[in-house]
Amino acid sequence: MVKRILIGFAALVALGVLGFALLAWRPALDPIDPPAAASFPPELTARGEVLAAGGYCATCHTQKGGKPYAGGYGLPTPFGVIYSTNITPDPDTGIGRWSEAAFARAMHEGVARDGSHLFPAFPFDHFTKLSGDDLEALYAYFMTRAPVKAAPRRNTVPFPFNVRALQAGWKLLFFKKGTYEPDAAKSVEWNRGAYLAEGLSHCGACHTPRNLLGAEKAGDAYGGAIVEGWIAPALTDANPAPVSWAQNELFSYLMSGTSVLHGTAAGSMSEVVHDGLAKLPRSDVNAIAVYFADIDSSSTRMAGFEATVAKAVASSGLGSRQDYGADAHLYLAACGSCHYNRGAMPVAVRPELALNSALTLPEPTNFVKVVLSGIGLKDGMSGVMMPGFAHALSDSDIGRLAAYLRRTRTDLPAWTDLDAKVTAIRKEAAGSQ
Amino acid sequence: MTTFQVNGRTVAVDVAPDTPLLWVLRDEIGLKGTKFGCGIGMCGACTVHVEGRAIRSCITPLDAVAGATVTTIEGLDPDGQHPLQKAWIKTQAPQCGYCQSGQIMQAASMLKDFPDPTDRDIDAVMGGSLCRCMAYIRIRKAIKIAAAEMRGDASNG
Repeated sequence: MVKRILIGFAALVALGVLGFALLAWRPALDPIDPPAAASFPPELTARGEVLAAGGYCATCHTQKGGKPYAGGYGLPTPFGVIYSTNITPDPDTGIGRWSEAAFARAMHEGVARDGSHLFPAFPFDHFTKLSGDDLEALYAYFMTRAPVKAAPRRNTVPFPFNVRALQAGWKLLFFKKGTYEPDAAKSVEWNRGAYLAEGLSHCGACHTPRNLLGAEKAGDAYGGAIVEGWIAPALTDANPAPVSWAQNELFSYLMSGTSVLHGTAAGSMSEVVHDGLAKLPRSDVNAIAVYFADIDSSSTRMAGFEATVAKAVASSGLGSRQDYGADAHLYLAACGSCHYNRGAMPVAVRPELALNSALTLPEPTNFVKVVLSGIGLKDGMSGVMMPGFAHALSDSDIGRLAAYLRRTRTDLPAWTDLDAKVTAIRKEAAGSQ
Repeated sequence: MTTFQVNGRTVAVDVAPDTPLLWVLRDEIGLKGTKFGCGIGMCGACTVHVEGRAIRSCITPLDAVAGATVTTIEGLDPDGQHPLQKAWIKTQAPQCGYCQSGQIMQAASMLKDFPDPTDRDIDAVMGGSLCRCMAYIRIRKAIKIAAAEMRGDASNG
């Protein structure tokens, strides 16, 4: 009897393993001789270039100071560092031997030419939505880049997470394959925005929180997440900005990196704007704005925004004149010359802190990061910079500024453990440089 | 080598990229009008313009201005006749004078945003530009005179 049970159990395990192997197995696709660049029509390549910008391919597939698309950029994940691959058409270390079918399978299914599963650090869960036409253009663009010989670096992901076959299980649980299906109830423009946001520009990769296995939580799309030490705020009606993001402000922000009612793009969002969306046609950027203005229900939340703006601007003079005190003086000396406003609307080059979600997020992370590192001339609003205060202000000074602004510019509960948080953020920022 | 524009000319300097712009301006380029005060962005003495906006040069590293346009007090007006400079002399605003180049550069930037500044505007924006001689009343008056001239008002502030 016992023997029978054991045999039965072993048979079940064997069946399971076999079943999983069948599920996980993908054939290798035949290697090709790299096609000549001249074999791709220039219009197709040009369209691919715009799409590659809108998908920020270079951001991950180019190492700092490295050759474009040669890979080697390390993406920190909870499972270890995953290094991006070489997507130049080098036949040995890049994708030179990949047919268009192999490229399309990688984008749509997350499977490499040799049949191995790709890790979802590569956002194939978004790229699966791309149309065949767009994949064709992207393929033409990448196969006409200068080939670079650069072998991929080894990931630091430990066993068992490094077993690529197990990704089949991940996909079974979390991955839905399929190109974008338009929502007939929405406008053409909205659908274009959704196609870009959910597919090519993969906004959810940063703005949607992930579960323990690194998959975007299906029920919490755009709910906000932590990315590379920054808080990527919620893009839903849970977004904490004092004035909700209306379509025109979203458009301005996504085109230029700044919005008069919300402030300046920083961190990787600055790259998204300046290296990515800026290269898309204006109509595409506007479509993304239309989509997110709907996602965050701004039309129903904009009522009375003028009063919020007026209150915010009125508070920006605090710190000078009658409002004396050590915290106010610190603010006045370090921040007031640039961040003061008056009148009905803030001045665009004077980001109004009382309207900025850096002060209304549940944690001071983004505020502290900007104070430490500043904003470069090419980041956020072009030609306007903020110097970093990392060498000027102590952790407790920055903590005091954060507490002061939270207290005087918002009605929200005070942030806690500020000094320790500033110390930790400073340490993390120094380590990542 | 880092290249940028200072007062209309291109300069190339070969110093560590994290060198504060203040020391590059003073020691490498020889423009001594910009002053060192606190070194931590709290007093305004080192204020210059980057792309026409006032910033504290003591906490701005050289690499942050690579390729950018920098203006110092020496370049605010080719003849030293910016309305603020004239108003400064007219009101005899400075006492010891150490903070004045920073004050003027900060004020020049402010007048672009607020051409008709109130006392509140001046206090809020200029509050980070310290004057140990306490010449604040005359500084405020000079700013208003200059603002009036720049607006083309007939009155004299």
